[in-house]
Amino acid sequence: MGEERKGTASTQTVTRGKQPATGAKKERGILIPPAWQTLLLPVLAVFTGLVIGAIVIVITDAAVVATYRNFFRAPGTALAATWHTIATAYGALLYGSLGNPREVYEGMRLYLSTGDNTLFLRAIWPITESLVAATPYIFGGLAVALGFRCGLFNIGAEGQLGIGALAAAWVGYSITNLPALIHLPLALLAGALGGAIWAAIPGYLKAKTGAHEVVNTIMMNWISFRLSDWLLNGPMKAPGYRPITPNIEPTAALPRFFPPPIRFHAGFFLALIVAGIVYWFLFKTTLGFEIRTVGANPDAARYAGMSITRSIMLAMVLSGALAGLAGTSQVLGVDHWVGQGFTAGYGFDSIALALLGKSHPFGVVLASLLFGTLRSGATRMQSLAGIPIDIISIIQGLVIVFIAAPAIIRWLYRIRVERAEEVVLTRGWGK
Amino acid sequence: MATTAVRAQQKAFTLGRSQWLGIVFLIAGLLTFLFFGRGLEAGIKTKFGLNPGFASQAIPIPDLVLPTQPTIYAMVLIMLLLGVLQLVRGFRFADALLGVVALCFVFAFLTWAARGKSFNLVGMLGSSLVRATPIALAALCGIMCERSGVVNIAIEGIMLISAQVAVVVATVTKNLYAGLVAAILSGAIISAFHAAMAVSFKVDQIVSATAINIFATGATSFISARFLEKNTNLLNNSGTFRIISIPLLSKIPILGPIFFENGLIVYLMLILTVLVHILLFYTKWGLRVRAVGEHPRAADTLGINVYLVRYVSVILGGMIAGIGGAYFTIGSVGRFDEIMTAGKGFIGLAAMIFGKWAPFGAFASSILFGFADSLQIKLQILRVPIPSEFLLMAPYIVTMIVLTGVVGRAEPPAADGQPYEK
Amino acid sequence: MPLVLELRGITKAFPGVLANDHIDLTLEEGEIHALLGENGAGKSTLMNILYGLYQPDEGQIFLRPRNRSAIPASAASRDGLVEVKIHSPNDAIAQGIGMVHQHFMLVPPLTVAENVMLGLESTRGGIFLDQRAAAQRIREISQQYGLEVDPDAYVRDLPVGVQQRVEIIKLLYREADILILDEPTAVLTPQEVDRLFSTIKNLVKQGKSIIFITHKLREVMEIADRITVLRNGRVVGTTTPAQTTPAELAAMMVGRQVDLVVHKESLTPGEVVLEVKDLQVLDDRQHLAVNGVSFEVREREILGIAGVQGNGQTELVEALTGLRPVIAGEIRILGTPVTNANPRQILEKGVAHVPEDRQRDGLVLSRPVHDNLVLCTYYLPPFAKGINIQEDTIIATASRLVEEFDVRTPSVFVPASTLSGGNQQKVIVAREFSRPVKLIIAAQPTRGLDVGSIEYIHQRILQKRSEGTAVLLVSPELDEIIALSDRIAVMYRGRIMDIVPAKGVNREYLGLLMAGVEASEAAKVAPPTIGVEEVERVF
Repeated sequence: MGEERKGTASTQTVTRGKQPATGAKKERGILIPPAWQTLLLPVLAVFTGLVIGAIVIVITDAAVVATYRNFFRAPGTALAATWHTIATAYGALLYGSLGNPREVYEGMRLYLSTGDNTLFLRAIWPITESLVAATPYIFGGLAVALGFRCGLFNIGAEGQLGIGALAAAWVGYSITNLPALIHLPLALLAGALGGAIWAAIPGYLKAKTGAHEVVNTIMMNWISFRLSDWLLNGPMKAPGYRPITPNIEPTAALPRFFPPPIRFHAGFFLALIVAGIVYWFLFKTTLGFEIRTVGANPDAARYAGMSITRSIMLAMVLSGALAGLAGTSQVLGVDHWVGQGFTAGYGFDSIALALLGKSHPFGVVLASLLFGTLRSGATRMQSLAGIPIDIISIIQGLVIVFIAAPAIIRWLYRIRVERAEEVVLTRGWGK
Repeated sequence: MATTAVRAQQKAFTLGRSQWLGIVFLIAGLLTFLFFGRGLEAGIKTKFGLNPGFASQAIPIPDLVLPTQPTIYAMVLIMLLLGVLQLVRGFRFADALLGVVALCFVFAFLTWAARGKSFNLVGMLGSSLVRATPIALAALCGIMCERSGVVNIAIEGIMLISAQVAVVVATVTKNLYAGLVAAILSGAIISAFHAAMAVSFKVDQIVSATAINIFATGATSFISARFLEKNTNLLNNSGTFRIISIPLLSKIPILGPIFFENGLIVYLMLILTVLVHILLFYTKWGLRVRAVGEHPRAADTLGINVYLVRYVSVILGGMIAGIGGAYFTIGSVGRFDEIMTAGKGFIGLAAMIFGKWAPFGAFASSILFGFADSLQIKLQILRVPIPSEFLLMAPYIVTMIVLTGVVGRAEPPAADGQPYEK
Repeated sequence: MPLVLELRGITKAFPGVLANDHIDLTLEEGEIHALLGENGAGKSTLMNILYGLYQPDEGQIFLRPRNRSAIPASAASRDGLVEVKIHSPNDAIAQGIGMVHQHFMLVPPLTVAENVMLGLESTRGGIFLDQRAAAQRIREISQQYGLEVDPDAYVRDLPVGVQQRVEIIKLLYREADILILDEPTAVLTPQEVDRLFSTIKNLVKQGKSIIFITHKLREVMEIADRITVLRNGRVVGTTTPAQTTPAELAAMMVGRQVDLVVHKESLTPGEVVLEVKDLQVLDDRQHLAVNGVSFEVREREILGIAGVQGNGQTELVEALTGLRPVIAGEIRILGTPVTNANPRQILEKGVAHVPEDRQRDGLVLSRPVHDNLVLCTYYLPPFAKGINIQEDTIIATASRLVEEFDVRTPSVFVPASTLSGGNQQKVIVAREFSRPVKLIIAAQPTRGLDVGSIEYIHQRILQKRSEGTAVLLVSPELDEIIALSDRIAVMYRGRIMDIVPAKGVNREYLGLLMAGVEASEAAKVAPPTIGVEEVERVF
């Protein structure tokens, strides 16, 4: 048939026609199969982010910049000072996040031989802190990723997280004399519900009126900040001066596995389980099929008889519940109370995580482990090297840019592509 | 044939919404009656100050003193009347009526809140304009970008960075104008980056803008923590533009103190609103911008450089947002605080949408937001028994209501947010 | 006549396709040169190269210079032509080349004057628009060439025929000498086509040269001075109407003998499947798009809805499939009312829908072929148990359908976006026709497809008709409607002007109805049916 003939004709001619067209321009660079690129690009994005972060650290360090005034007389001094600054900063970051393997080994040996676990605990403390930091990230990243899958950009994870945390804390401290077996799930549920309700409002507005969820979730963030200000200074305020909630009952706390100061708690495993559930939900159920179809092409979804309203509501509510769990895990597992500014940064971090993890639950888990490590190391870096922790936000902004515009990374590292993959994440106003 | 078609169409189209609005008007009237109208002491009066509180050039005029309860009842009557009329007849200018009802409601509320006291109406309207300034500038930035087909939700980040740049440059050079210029330049640079991402790299524009917002939060906080906090006087203490009174015009009662006794940036905002309007609708460039935002391929086939038009529009928009950023520091408090823009960039976008992507519309809706913003402060002063935190939510809630499109829905430019592929 | 344009060896490759392969073409002054070829033959690519939207990989363009004295003595000139490089539409415009694109390049919310002057604005002081001057110039052009249009009207309010006039005025405003018309008749009624042809002849008389791109044999025979046929990106041959026949042209176009006639079994219609009564539907702008439409479709019957695009067909189909609310009237399927039922309820009644915009509505391009093949049935057994998707069953079914419906794809796992247009449409047809359906609603099912796919889809539709399915076929291609339908309804401004039997129908009568002439009036001018005539298939 005509089709067939056309096919053979074009395959013959592709080789002939392509060379003068594209050959000259794109021959340079390394050709990497698309499958590897999905892994390589995020890694290079993070790497590049860190490099630029290092540059920022150096150029904002007056002492190092001063050595460059004498660069031509003493280039060694300048370079050494530069290297020293970066090494101190990132060394602190690394040590603060992963610890020192030798110390772990020594500690383990001491524990096994004498039963004295102090050294061991001190040695594993950094890495457990990284996992502690990764826990809310997994939930938050999953929240945003789930939204992306439905074509929704939930920038409001921060507000949902805060409301979830407050709800969980309230159940945690106000209900007493309940067995942990009931109290803990109840508090978790309250947290998820709080986040879900907070996300349901913009979700409903999006589904029913088409009001853009990006602006609305941000507005909900600000409303949640004001609301929590009021709650923490009024109805939920613990006795005393500080605007914080009372401590939750021990029965509502997520169990920990090591003696203090190690704060590693069951929330981490809960996060992994939830990631598995989200994967199953998105890729193995009819509801997930609908959500992904609505996200990829709402017109076709409607044509195929799916309810867009239902998918958007469902995705938004689940996204909010996941964000709520992020706050909840932090409250029930780590802090045991909620204070002002509790949520700062989590919302934006979650976006970076979802993008870095390509909106795939397992990708999000990996990205969260990485960012958890960065975040807990950055605390150390702040105290040891005096680098403000906000450097991490700068790096995150850059990582998002690089993930969103892989062309930049490809250009930087001279990577050639066979075929450009394109994922539409969001849509403009209206619709 | 044609007439039946038209009739059928109107019937189907306006019936639901019109009735619904009528009911809203009635509810507003009833609520006003229930909450504000009843239980007032007889003979109590409300005084509305019509002279600004500060040393003003304006010719003083007597204040407006109204009997509280009759005034509120009058407002209630107007609302109920409009509600009934709307229910029965269904007006074509329902949006305008909604505005009237909202005005009545707010006026009744103010009359109630300030009963037995004095309330400076002119001062409040003046501060509405001032508070609307960054919102209006953000909206103008949004209009410039979106009319050319680029969605820009990075305005928040652009304003945050230019706010910081403005104050630092102004403090270091001891020159506020240098600070303003630096803010404009930084706005241009960041939006040029957004343009590159959106136009050349064809990145999802909302993701690109979010990256800018995150970056802006991180970078400004980083610089605050690393430098500004330690050297406040050297780096973060610029002073602000002084109030300029326009000769003669500022003497006009009521209007004078509101519009003609302001800081430089407020004037800039007013001028830019007019300029952007002229630019978009009366010039060659504006025609091209609108064509590119609606149908870039059509423009391309006529030899118009779509990419260039978009770059320039987005960068111009960024410069306007830069002025908006400067307002936060050198235009109002003279120092930088972390995340001080507090969502104004996003509220500006809501103002843009509410204003139907047109400068004057956006200006009017910015005033609405500015009013909501300054209202909450006045109410705190009047000791209205509502927690201040809830009053602070007002602008955000208004934004969300606006976005539902209950009032005056408009279509965005057809190619808004879509990268153009040759 | 002297040459005004010569293309030599134009070659252009896109990833995976060689769109133009060493194409040679000449154009004489005052000539109407038809460029004939099926969809995907490379006609539009060639013209986009000439218009500067694409750059050729190889080849040269020679033009008659606008300024004769500007010919350099040493230039690579031939017959008074010089070689030019056209890097952008700007260059093309400067060289006197203008193009009316198949999809109009008009900005709907702007006025006619604004659209026409865009890019070449009349200004005061170089900055401010001078609408009046532009309007004046447009009026002059209107008069000179007989192209009536109101410069101050908004383009979005104009009917397509007038929009096309605006497009032509745009070219004349730029003083183009070579006019490229890309499929200009696709959106017009037969009478509007006649009017366009007289405009074209008028233009040629005034010294313009025309390149007329089309895939319609009849038009080529009627208007062209010379015909160049393209196939798979190559020139198959150049001829004149006098030297050739439609059958020969068709064979040149497709590369084999094609059956120009659709062979249709004669069947007796059965029970009423779809019944529509006094239907009223609004469009996106809240105007009444479907205004009191009534008809019925029976088993073993194809009802064709003819009409110029934008006369409510889209809204009608959307209302029938539950995608758009009905404000008045009634829809029944097999006697059950389904007015304002949701799309899923209607699908479950046994309705198959081949959507007008297959990439927007019919497919999720980023998803694998197998997901697209179960897009409407993923939630039903055997594809789902409870809420659990049964991936293995889906893949097995998809593989079977791909085989059965001859979908050319490397596997069922590749994204639908990687398939050609014809194969994408086959995926939709496979999905919709493999369900137990009682009614098929097919909107422009062959738009933009190659001949092989068109034949295949026509054959599948007729096969379904033989199996007893009722078919509602909506198409602006009158030939397709006449060839396939048993009865034909003509839609104009949301109303059905008349419903006539397809056998022996008078094309002129249909054309009058499509232009809004009432049935009684039209019948006075042209009888609804004339003698039995074999109808050519369209490509």
